[in-house]
Amino acid sequence: MTERRPFAITLDMGSSLANRTGTWRTERPVYVHRLPPCSAGCPAAEDIQGWLYHAEEGGYESAWRVIMEKNPLPAIMGRACFHPCESGCNRVQVDEAVGINAVERFLGDLALERNWHVPPGPATGRRVAVVGSGPGGLSSAYHLRRRGHDVVVFEAQEDLGGMMRYGIPAYRLPRDVVSAEIARLAEMGVRFEVSHWVNDVHDLLREGFEAVVVAVGAQRGRDPGIPAGDAARILDAVGVLRSLEEGDPPALGRRVVVYGGGDTAMDAARTATRLGATETVVVYRRTRDVMPAHDEEVLDAEAEGVQMRWLSTIARADEDQMMIEKMRLDDQGRAVGTGEFEEFVADTVVLALGQEADLDLVEKVNGVTVTDGAVVCDEFQRTGDPRVFVVGDASSNGADSRTLTRAIGQGRLCAEAVDALLLHRDAQPDPQLAPAGAERLNTWYYADAERTVRPRLEVARRRDTFSEVVGGLTVEDALFEARRCMSCGNCFECDNCFGVCPDNAVIKLGPGQGYAFNYDYCKGCGICVAECPCGAIDLIPEPR
Amino acid sequence: MLYQLEGSQAVARAVALCRPDVVCAYPISPQTHIIEALGALVKSDQLDAEFINADSEFSALSVSIGASAVGARAYTATASQGLLFMMEAVYNAAGLGLPIVMTLANRAIGAPINIWNDHSDAMSVRDSGWVQLFAETNQEAVDLHFLAFALAEELSVPVMVCVDGFILTHSIERVDLPEPEVVDALLPPFLPRQSLDPNDPVSIGAMVGPEAFTEVRYLAQVRLHQALDVIPRLGERHRSLLGRHAAQLIDGYELDDADVVVIAMGSVLGTIKDVVDDMRAEGHRIGALSITCFRPFPAAAVREALSRATRLVVVEKAFSIGYGGILSTDISLALRGLSTPIHEVIAGLGGRPVWADSLRGVFSDALAGTLVETTFLDLDRSLVDAELARMAATRRSGPPAENVLRDLADVGRSA
Amino acid sequence: MSIERTPVRFYQVGSFAVGNRLVEVERRSAQSDPGRANSLTSGHRACAGCGEALGARYALDAAMRASHHQLVAVNATGCLEVFSTPYPETSWRLPWLHSLFGNAAAVATGVAAGLRATGRGHVRVVAQGGDGGTADIGLGPLSGMFERNDDVLYICYDNEAYMNTGVQRSGTTPGAARTATTESVGEHPGNRFGQGKDLPRIAMAHEIPYVATATVADLFDLESKVERAMEIHGARYLHILVPCPLGWGSVSSDTVRLARLAHQTGLFPVFEARYGEVTSITPIRRPEPVESYLRLQKRFAHLFNREGEVADRATVALIQSHASHNITRYGLLGDSDD
Repeated sequence: MTERRPFAITLDMGSSLANRTGTWRTERPVYVHRLPPCSAGCPAAEDIQGWLYHAEEGGYESAWRVIMEKNPLPAIMGRACFHPCESGCNRVQVDEAVGINAVERFLGDLALERNWHVPPGPATGRRVAVVGSGPGGLSSAYHLRRRGHDVVVFEAQEDLGGMMRYGIPAYRLPRDVVSAEIARLAEMGVRFEVSHWVNDVHDLLREGFEAVVVAVGAQRGRDPGIPAGDAARILDAVGVLRSLEEGDPPALGRRVVVYGGGDTAMDAARTATRLGATETVVVYRRTRDVMPAHDEEVLDAEAEGVQMRWLSTIARADEDQMMIEKMRLDDQGRAVGTGEFEEFVADTVVLALGQEADLDLVEKVNGVTVTDGAVVCDEFQRTGDPRVFVVGDASSNGADSRTLTRAIGQGRLCAEAVDALLLHRDAQPDPQLAPAGAERLNTWYYADAERTVRPRLEVARRRDTFSEVVGGLTVEDALFEARRCMSCGNCFECDNCFGVCPDNAVIKLGPGQGYAFNYDYCKGCGICVAECPCGAIDLIPEPR
Repeated sequence: MLYQLEGSQAVARAVALCRPDVVCAYPISPQTHIIEALGALVKSDQLDAEFINADSEFSALSVSIGASAVGARAYTATASQGLLFMMEAVYNAAGLGLPIVMTLANRAIGAPINIWNDHSDAMSVRDSGWVQLFAETNQEAVDLHFLAFALAEELSVPVMVCVDGFILTHSIERVDLPEPEVVDALLPPFLPRQSLDPNDPVSIGAMVGPEAFTEVRYLAQVRLHQALDVIPRLGERHRSLLGRHAAQLIDGYELDDADVVVIAMGSVLGTIKDVVDDMRAEGHRIGALSITCFRPFPAAAVREALSRATRLVVVEKAFSIGYGGILSTDISLALRGLSTPIHEVIAGLGGRPVWADSLRGVFSDALAGTLVETTFLDLDRSLVDAELARMAATRRSGPPAENVLRDLADVGRSA
Repeated sequence: MSIERTPVRFYQVGSFAVGNRLVEVERRSAQSDPGRANSLTSGHRACAGCGEALGARYALDAAMRASHHQLVAVNATGCLEVFSTPYPETSWRLPWLHSLFGNAAAVATGVAAGLRATGRGHVRVVAQGGDGGTADIGLGPLSGMFERNDDVLYICYDNEAYMNTGVQRSGTTPGAARTATTESVGEHPGNRFGQGKDLPRIAMAHEIPYVATATVADLFDLESKVERAMEIHGARYLHILVPCPLGWGSVSSDTVRLARLAHQTGLFPVFEARYGEVTSITPIRRPEPVESYLRLQKRFAHLFNREGEVADRATVALIQSHASHNITRYGLLGDSDD
């Protein structure tokens, strides 16, 4: 019929494709990847958006495998990590932060339940020793094993896990979880030698290990030297927690004072309660807002009946009682004594004022510098001796925030540096992405959905049990929570750009493939940029 | 079959025999009886069509445009102001090449408002690209509708059948309506040149700029001119199937030896032919020429038909204010290079009766060589002169129509 | 552990984004489908960021899906017509007819009648035009189409002025807006305040089966309204607000944002009506004062000073009162009863 149609007035379908409107453009959109605040805040540098992307469509194993790229212990971290990822989460602009930690735990637990494994890399025959089986040591060992190296972990204690076993109370981190995740490393071929005290890293180098990763942690409690009478019962928090794990819980009495304001202080206070104390008081020299303990821990402690005394120091301790000095904050916000004292009845004082590392094993290593009880390292955890690396609490890197997660992150970077040393190449830092700040988001598109609260053990049942306080998410809730992720700075295939383009200049490449711009027709209006929920499109000047 | 029918009824039945798919109109005198009749035929299931009461003539033709664009046979009817109100769509239907058929019950255009017959409405759209056919009798009005649909659909152009309002539409005459099978044979099913079809989508109604607009118009001219070949062919076919004289482009009457030829369109030819008969009986060599197809203008046929005439009188029911006769202008252009004198006689405006005596006077003057170039037939000279005098006397004269009416009243009072 | 759980029905971007890989394919928007109709395809000559081009594709693609591609579109003269079909190119991928400025509704009536009369009654008909072609020059034929209850879905893409001819005032131009025929000069700059033509309510007064409003900022809402309209036979009217960067003096990337703000401020109520009665409203989700909408548009620049602060408080208050009136009249802050 075409030949019958009237000239010019009647046109064949879609013939405007001949008109390349892209030539009008002065700016062009480009897809970008940006660093979401969760990952920016994660000391282990987890690609959180990346694994939530899989989790939110029910791809739990894929999600878990993305975690395992960075963190070999998701079930542990899903419990014990203080999740700085959530503090930075842009979702607070909409409602509340995504419960990243809960989803991580869910995935970690699922992996244990389903026995998912990570294969080691192709064998290189190179040998690396790791001293200490805490999170830093395990992370180093895991990442080195993934690169195919032979790794032996030397642990001074009878059992593996370091602080994860001997520091953090079981109600926060059940021991079977610790054992199970370490067992997975063993199945990868990481070898463990327990009850093996390393006196000097030179011993290991002489045995043929080409590199040594020192991950001995900080096990020694700091003693402020409180004036005390002979009969005063003063214990160290780390020691209390360790002896509990070793099956020899100390007698603390009915009235316990914990001195310090960190997470260890909270652990000690809550442990005291569980060991029978009727009155547990945390004494802290400054105020609540500057207290280093994580809020969640403080709230849990308070819920369990632990009392807090801010702006107080212990001036002297005797049997059954002690003297507390009231403090005040000066102009600079420092706590200074008021000279006002108060007597306080207490059976035991537990000191929780921080820990130091035992660094005898690197004492004789040339080039190793110790400052403030920790070894000075570069960004790859390297010391002055190219064969000696230090991770975790024994390293001075990030000493102001000694967390499991930081140790895991350091372990991975350290493994990269060790691998680079063994293969005679330069260590590669993580790619630096520009941040995906909240200002880039178009939060309109995110449905309102408050976070799913993890079930918590009722308070009445907590006081006399070391059962885990915080439960896991159900599958439904984990899925729900994963879907709350806004995918900051990274495309999650919401089709907005594909839909809002008035010129149909966005090509949908298919599931998992994202989109491409058709610059033949894109006029550079920028609607896709403005309406991208997650800020994954930039508008840049059109190249000449 | 023969019927005694009002012209409107006859046209309605003829249209129904053409099996239109969509009939849409807005009432205006003197077209009303046609659409009333069609509405009744549809309502009584005698005609299977969509009958739509439009909200205006503009909508009526627009509905027809839409229907035609999907390949439906579309029909509408109007008159006078209604045609002007649909003017934009009139041009549009032609520009889009949609084979719509319209009956125009010719009526004067206001102001002053006037519901009676003349041809000023048809003349106002002569340049729109529609085929314009003028019916001399009700029988011809009937037959022209068969031709109109066939012509429209063959060429994909809209066709307007002009039927003098009241004179034809409201007069009862004997009409021969063919059997449906005969009309079906005259008019094959509509095979549209273009149609909006989801299975073969096209865009109809593009914007065309200077780069191709001239070509579009040139092609429209070529296409409309094709009607000059198609009409005689269709007329031949009609003649054989209907068994009677059928429409041609032009129709000569006593032309063979005529010195003076009177040219006109529509029903006035009846009176003219009577006068011609009378004058011929008296020995005058006078004849008449009916222009059935006014657009496209059959210039060659007209020139040939008038080639031996020595003087021409064009009787027309409209004129171009500020110039003169419209048909006369076309005739003179058709006779380019010939020196035949052409006289224009403006007659029958706004329903003014065209008396045989008046025509006879004019024709006699023409035969005598004393006819002036332009005649307003039966003009009331005294009335006009009075107003002209008033206009000369005062610059602020008011609306001439009001003044003329006032003078008429004064005349009546003094009488 | 007696903890209340939230049931998992949450789809991350819910119904606000165009697509959602987490939702079943059949529940996704027509626009998210890589095989969507693209009724209006690339290469058209609309300005960058044109809301009308977007709205037309949204609406027609949804209608195409609902009608299984058995659809004919009739277009009034205007931007949409001009930018889509300059000889020798058309951007339309469905049968499309442009006749005149003021007759789209009537032409569509004819198309529907013609299809029915020729045994193709299953082919559906959409008429579309801008606010001028709908509210002003085309109102008569539109009203006739409504009154006869012809089987046509008429879609008005309202950008609140005659943009095609260079931004002159139309019957839907809001008070205070600058246009080329209501310049921002004199004692009362911009368009004078009047009732305007509230086309959806005029349509409702005809008691036709379906009337709805929508914006290009809420695709699911828009598509669901097209789909609902396509389920019904008879006269239906959909009024879509389509911001115009050229005429509104807005940044091209703000087109969707402005449409969203028009709804969120209450200036453009989004609702559905059946047989003359409002049956549902799309509630305001994040209420905004009118300033946040006005400030982004140069046509209202005379209401602000250089720092972007409100300079003409009385006029802004008047506009706010219009918004508040809409909010009260339609209950826009309440829950949708849809």
